[in-house]
Amino acid sequence: MKVRLKCTVNQEPVEVLADDYKTLLEVLREDLQLTGTKHGCELGECGACAVLVDGTPVLSCLVLAVESEGRRITTVEGLAADGRLHPLQKCFADLGAAQCGYCTPGILITAKALLDAEPNPSRARICEALSGNLCRCTGYLQIVEAVEAAAKAPR
Amino acid sequence: MMRLPGFRYRAPRTIGEAAAWLAENPANTMLLAGGTDLLPNMKRRQQTPSTVVALRGITSLSEIHNGDGLAIGSGVTLSHLIGDARVRQSYPGLWQAAAQVATPHLRNMGTVGGNLCLDTRCTYYDQNYEWRKSIDFCMKRDGKICWVATSSPKCLAVSSTDTAPMLQALGATVTLVSIRGERIVPVAELFANDGMRYLTRQPDEIVTSIRVPAATGWRSAYWKLRRRGAFDFPVAAAAVAARFDGARVVDLRIVLGAVSSRPLSADRAAALLTGQDLSDELIESAAVAAAGIAKPMDNTDFELVWRKKMVRSLVSHALHEIRGDDMRARRHQLARQELLIPASASAAR
Repeated sequence: MKVRLKCTVNQEPVEVLADDYKTLLEVLREDLQLTGTKHGCELGECGACAVLVDGTPVLSCLVLAVESEGRRITTVEGLAADGRLHPLQKCFADLGAAQCGYCTPGILITAKALLDAEPNPSRARICEALSGNLCRCTGYLQIVEAVEAAAKAPR
Repeated sequence: MMRLPGFRYRAPRTIGEAAAWLAENPANTMLLAGGTDLLPNMKRRQQTPSTVVALRGITSLSEIHNGDGLAIGSGVTLSHLIGDARVRQSYPGLWQAAAQVATPHLRNMGTVGGNLCLDTRCTYYDQNYEWRKSIDFCMKRDGKICWVATSSPKCLAVSSTDTAPMLQALGATVTLVSIRGERIVPVAELFANDGMRYLTRQPDEIVTSIRVPAATGWRSAYWKLRRRGAFDFPVAAAAVAARFDGARVVDLRIVLGAVSSRPLSADRAAALLTGQDLSDELIESAAVAAAGIAKPMDNTDFELVWRKKMVRSLVSHALHEIRGDDMRARRHQLARQELLIPASASAAR
């Protein structure tokens, strides 16, 4: 059965008719064509599908789309504003924090929530906040350094 | 990719409404809270309810109340729980247990009630449909045999909840609500040692709240063994709660996690310490006695003989910690994590 879903995605009001068994991840990618959010393990283990729901990082592969009614969703597409990259995106690019890039959207969005809540997190806090995001390329060091650099960058 | 199977979705606004929907067809209805356990299981066709009753819209389930102890709504997320200063200060063992469940994302979603009722786990069960089909399934779902011990009359899947052993050690109770009424049972009685029927909760009942008794005079600690520091289910765990009179133990409970199909109370080990000062020798005797009842099976991560040996260490570490020894270095070595409190939680204190 299709259900009508109304929510805010990247600050724009969205109304979509979607299958009621779909996850938020599936609706974002398949019905709203927002393919920046990646489809990884599908089981809540990898963090590739992380998005913000009302500012909190969650795994969109384990959120029923119908439960996103009325909520405020932020995906990686919502990070850049007015054609300018978010400091996190710029620092990730400058410092080589992405290799294959598949985990990057989930990490960016999780790091954004961290910096929004704690503008100057310690390295240990960054590691803990990102502990649910797997990266099989970088070894994490550049990722942590990029988040530290973004925390220091003017916003 | 794995899609969710079709289901009827119900979003009640009150506990009464939820209980009524659940009562319509309890055998084929499942409760959805954070979704972090149920939805992966549905994708792998381990659980295929025809109706899903979502509890998220019932706001009273997401509250923590003071009283004689703490009343924790079953819908309180694990992040909310570890961000609560009362939990951190008065129930450090519960804080340690909840803070080590999964990842920050999953703790933002997963609830206390969900972690308490977490499905038991097994190498032969936590697989997708095709994988399970290739071994002709197992008795927990779709099959007849237990592949862990083929002559076993019962399923040996492992209790993998972190909060249940600690809540049991703290003497917590749970409130179960159905259209038939309400009942309150000790956490110890919520579980049965059977991988398939691991909960004594009836199919039409909803766990609505968890009451933890007043912590005055009590100390608690939770130690967990897992493969990765970042996140993993426990493969062995020790939860200890004790009430002291000076240096003397007046009351003490030791509950083991992930070495049975239920949280396992190590009563004989606890009895060795009751009425005593916690000497190094007594701690070791109790740790050995506790490890003696652990029955890890070869159906999760790590080698089972080593897991059993580790139970002794985990119980010993927990007892040393509640005695007041500085266990930070050891804890960091084992948890490989600082277990830091988010700034928002510190600010709340």
